[in-house]
Amino acid sequence: MTKTENTIEVKKLTKKFKKFTAVDSISFDVKKGEIFGFLGPNGAGKSTTIRMLTTLLTPTSGTAMVEGHDIKKDQNEVRKRIGLVAEKIILYNHLSAMENLEFFGKLNHLSKDEIKKRSERWIERLGMEEWKDAQASTYSTGMKQRINIVRALLTEPDILFLDEPTLGLDPQTTFMIRTFIQELNKKGITIILTTHDMIEAEALSDRVAIIDHGKIQALDTVENLKKKVENKKNPTLEDVFLQVTGLDIRDKRGKAKRAGGPPWRGGGENRVR
Amino acid sequence: MKHVLSDLWQITKKDLLEFARDRIRLITFIIMPIFMMVLTGFIFPSQNSIKNVPIGVVNQNGTTGNQLLDVIKNLEITSGNKAFATKTYSSINAIKDGIKKQEINGGIYIPADFSRDISINKQAQVTIVEDQSNPQISGIATQTLTNVVQGFGQEIGKQKVGVLVAKTGARGPNAGVLITPITSKLEGILPGSTNYFEFVAPGIMAMVVMTAVLTGLAASVSREREQGTLDGILISPISRLAIILGKAMSQSIRGLAQGAIVLLLAIFLFGVTINGSILLVALLLLLGIFSFVGLGILVSASAAEQETATQLLFMFQFPMLFLSGAFFPTQQMPQIMQDIAHVLPLTYAIEALRKVIILGAGVSSVMNELIILTVFGAVTLAIAVPLFRKMITR
Repeated sequence: MTKTENTIEVKKLTKKFKKFTAVDSISFDVKKGEIFGFLGPNGAGKSTTIRMLTTLLTPTSGTAMVEGHDIKKDQNEVRKRIGLVAEKIILYNHLSAMENLEFFGKLNHLSKDEIKKRSERWIERLGMEEWKDAQASTYSTGMKQRINIVRALLTEPDILFLDEPTLGLDPQTTFMIRTFIQELNKKGITIILTTHDMIEAEALSDRVAIIDHGKIQALDTVENLKKKVENKKNPTLEDVFLQVTGLDIRDKRGKAKRAGGPPWRGGGENRVR
Repeated sequence: MKHVLSDLWQITKKDLLEFARDRIRLITFIIMPIFMMVLTGFIFPSQNSIKNVPIGVVNQNGTTGNQLLDVIKNLEITSGNKAFATKTYSSINAIKDGIKKQEINGGIYIPADFSRDISINKQAQVTIVEDQSNPQISGIATQTLTNVVQGFGQEIGKQKVGVLVAKTGARGPNAGVLITPITSKLEGILPGSTNYFEFVAPGIMAMVVMTAVLTGLAASVSREREQGTLDGILISPISRLAIILGKAMSQSIRGLAQGAIVLLLAIFLFGVTINGSILLVALLLLLGIFSFVGLGILVSASAAEQETATQLLFMFQFPMLFLSGAFFPTQQMPQIMQDIAHVLPLTYAIEALRKVIILGAGVSSVMNELIILTVFGAVTLAIAVPLFRKMITR
């Protein structure tokens, strides 16, 4: 099935923090129903872009349409259609899973019944029934992340933003969440996924965008991107990534420091387009 | 807009539930006002409370000097407690050394020619030495000593005038009346005397309420921002006004609860009587909160991190505590400080609370304060809310 209809249209989106340009006039589209991998080194502008698309940050210039709604003008309409699993887990430690879900559900104007029905369905799917009334402070990171995902799904969003959803989780939970992401996608939910895990990105993404220094450096299907890797047989997505973004280690603001790297790689100048 | 109130309440409810589950925060919440009351109430001295203040005495005179010293030694201001604990020194310089060593908080020196001067009708003089390192105690101590010396002098004067009157053979005039033809009578608005507690309780009450709204609100917003949970709220399709007012509301409820703890402690533990209407006290506390919500929101919006918020507020709060007259009367301050005090809403909240609690003032007597607090709150809120909206997604 080819996905053609755009669900997100980003136009010259820019975010500056004082003199630092975190996102530099990027434009791209996300198709309805796809899993869109959004990759980039630390400080490349991934989270800033996601925060703008989810209305948590106001763009300095440019804009984006999410499900036909302007992120600058119709923020509440955008909010009604998206779910967010952010870098930090959105969960109150002193409340139980159900209390957390009820709170966020109410903020989204869901009825008590709806909240209960939807929560229990996903809680069961993610194996958290036994824990749903325990305080979140007693959960492991993996358990917290599972409830965090249930929270993001409460509103039955059209688009789900997942910002490093498997970071710091054990292989079992990671596997469970990856399978679950695919399951959700099959139900028609568009997924925007940022990750540093190239295997995850490769396994899940229909298309991948690589962002660096606030600009989209490459955007295509994984297969097409791999074809552009030079000097290597059977390249992986990691090879693509390193060729596109170079070998320099980034500090927080994207400044580069030279690191050693695989001998097959040339300079950072050969950008994949 | 119809959702604003219910959204606001969801946030308030969640904040309070979270708070109630956090034992450490709950305990400090209850203990803090108790601490403040007990400490300030017991530490600050009042006229009634001097007892056993150590002073040095030098008597180079003899019998008359000893009579004066006896009065000083036996003086009781609160019954059963001697006002002074006297210690004999050899000279006025020895008293001064004693003060330097902080063995004593003052002293009195009676010179050798004290009784001779009295007998030859020359004005006799004693020297009272004050401890300038401790103006609070020494102020009360030297005042008390001066009163004792004056009273002693008046007794001697009475005897002398009595003798003179008898010589003239005139009838009628009483020597005591001749010496002090005018007396003054002290009358308060209310029966009984006030103590420092009554002065300080309204101040502490206004202060804990203010702290809850200022520090509490900023800390609560920045904590959620750091933990990441704020994103969960911000991504909901609700008015930003509901978010910040919901948070302000939970802090206000906490502040009022703390204010109530202070009030109950003041009444039941420290014997403060509320002479005015308790409803008016509650109204004043509410308006005090209202006047601070705007400022609280401004700080919450501007400080990205909890630590920055706390530091920023400390800069505000610390001078405010002292300038607003919570602990010291504003009238004692230099003019410029008084001018600053009159810009601070806390000053008005405290003044009004004091009028109502101590003096039993009614609504009409605190109308000015009520208006000022309302206007201050409305203006800062009108500035703060749009700014919050903008800054939260900066």
